[in-house]
Amino acid sequence: MAARVLVGVKRVIDYAVKIRVKPDNTGVVTDGVKHSMNPFCEIAVEEAVRLKEKKLVKEVVAVSCGPQQVQETIRTALAMGADRGIHVEVSGKDYDSLGPLQVSKILAALAKKEEASLIILGKQAIDDDCNQTGQMTAALLDWPQGTFASEVAVEGDKLKVIREVDGGLETIKINLPAVVTADLRLNTPRYATLPNIMKAKKKKITNVKPGDLGVDLTSRLEVLRVDEPPQRQAGVKVETVEDLVGKLKEAGRI
Amino acid sequence: CYLLHAAKPFDFDTSTGLTDEQKEFQKVAFDFAANEMAPHMAEWDQNEIFPVETMRKAAQLGFGGIYVRPEVGGSGLSRLDTSIIFEALSTGCTSTTAYISIHNMCAWMIDTFGSNELREKFCPDLCSMEKFASYCLTEPGSGSDAASLLTSAKLQGDHYVLNGSKAFISGGGDTDVYVVMCRTGGKGPKGISCVVVEKGTPGLSFGKKEKKVGWNSQPTRAVIFEDCAVPVTNRLGSEGQGFNIAMKGLNGGRINIASCSLGAAHASVLLARDHISVRKQFGETLSNSQFLQFKLAEMATRLVASRLLVRQAALALQEDRPDAVSLCSMAKLFATDECFSICNQALQMHGGYGYLKDYAVQQFVRDIRVHQILEGTNEVMRMIIARDLLTES
Repeated sequence: MAARVLVGVKRVIDYAVKIRVKPDNTGVVTDGVKHSMNPFCEIAVEEAVRLKEKKLVKEVVAVSCGPQQVQETIRTALAMGADRGIHVEVSGKDYDSLGPLQVSKILAALAKKEEASLIILGKQAIDDDCNQTGQMTAALLDWPQGTFASEVAVEGDKLKVIREVDGGLETIKINLPAVVTADLRLNTPRYATLPNIMKAKKKKITNVKPGDLGVDLTSRLEVLRVDEPPQRQAGVKVETVEDLVGKLKEAGRI
Repeated sequence: CYLLHAAKPFDFDTSTGLTDEQKEFQKVAFDFAANEMAPHMAEWDQNEIFPVETMRKAAQLGFGGIYVRPEVGGSGLSRLDTSIIFEALSTGCTSTTAYISIHNMCAWMIDTFGSNELREKFCPDLCSMEKFASYCLTEPGSGSDAASLLTSAKLQGDHYVLNGSKAFISGGGDTDVYVVMCRTGGKGPKGISCVVVEKGTPGLSFGKKEKKVGWNSQPTRAVIFEDCAVPVTNRLGSEGQGFNIAMKGLNGGRINIASCSLGAAHASVLLARDHISVRKQFGETLSNSQFLQFKLAEMATRLVASRLLVRQAALALQEDRPDAVSLCSMAKLFATDECFSICNQALQMHGGYGYLKDYAVQQFVRDIRVHQILEGTNEVMRMIIARDLLTES
């Protein structure tokens, strides 16, 4: 029985917003743009809260890394039923270059500090689509991982995880402590209720600095340029199959 | 046109100036509206469905008794919180949100003026929407002249026996709890009391379901009392306090209805903006037309102005300020008029498509048209404001 679950929640640009690239091509416009909790993180929070409601875990701790604004995201997790939050303060250039490697180092350190026995994350964030943090965190902790989970069941001191993979569904059994990453069909996240939003105000969010966790935030990656995807070009109509094959050969496709 | 690309995009942000908590409430309401209501609003309108299950889902989130006290199941929030929530919900379905607001008003009246027994008997079920409520003031012979109502309530032993009928009752026939203003005393407002009548009480019946231009996701019927006996203990407040209670309920109701208009207008402005950004005529998108740019700017400006007035009125009401009644009337008058005009212009910007039921904008127009009429016509709002201005203090 996992006593404490850590759930990572990331503040990202809302999925419905039309993304625009900054004029200097260094990134996308985030100022004044609507942000929300990454949808896969919502699913992760929901799963953790359900485990608590089934009395399979004792405490759900929501974690987010970033500047002051990420506290909104932690509050949303608290309103969904997480017990307390941890805000890992990262801002400025460090935040701009924050990626899966640094976040997984932070999560690994927190998992040890908080004596967590389960970490649930979204499978990927909708801004960078990295799909790496869960896997890296498991590696750093030397814990088993159940990624792309569409179902999670506790069986004694093990987890049965059904994973969505290209070939279909794969069922694995892993020992606790473990890292699980949530896929789309794992659950449907609940709405926060008005009473829970008010209760969330009283739940604690502790602030932590990456340095306190012994984590080095230096990025090994440098973003050179960000561009819009190329405009979709008009197609060409062909008369016969021979024409089609000819055109494909011309374009070097076959 | 450079005007559209130079500045930062104004995302029609409805959350400026709100606390973090209010932003959370608003987010839940917007999400609920988008996921649970918007996909069904056309069907509910065309098939005249009273969406009981969806409303109960909303109640589970705390929307059944938003400003009712928590000890009887309410959410205990402020009038401003309530306005923000109804405005957001209304973007999903204005008609249903308007009914939810009427239900909330009734629950508040019982919570505020009912005995503890009454509160404990009715409020928990109303807050969970296990039971639904209706507000019964208007009669065939008394609309704006509400204080001239005729439904009588004669004291017989420990019961009032009600005779008369109410008109245009939202939810009538499908709801369970009726908050009824009736005459226990002499003429005028001071002879009116307020009693709670439960569906199934002998002597309570309903007229035919009215066919309306909008608000079709809520049934509207006459409510008829024929020697309908109601326990005296079902009275809210004291005898002769009924009109006062009704008006106090309506102050909040007016902010709620105005908030519903804001939501409809907000949704309509977004629909219009999206349409003119895509629709091309004369070789370019409609959004390149300076006339339409100016029109959109005016619509947005008047929407923001309406919103500010409604939220100020909500604050005044929750702080019990002396100008609260006037402000609520001003907010209802201004916002419902402006927002109808905004929705109507949004429809116009859609061209012929705006007239088709496949497009949502026409439903917003039809649904909010009645907001200029009920909960006190906009003419009555002017009466209230003028009286306030002209009375020597």
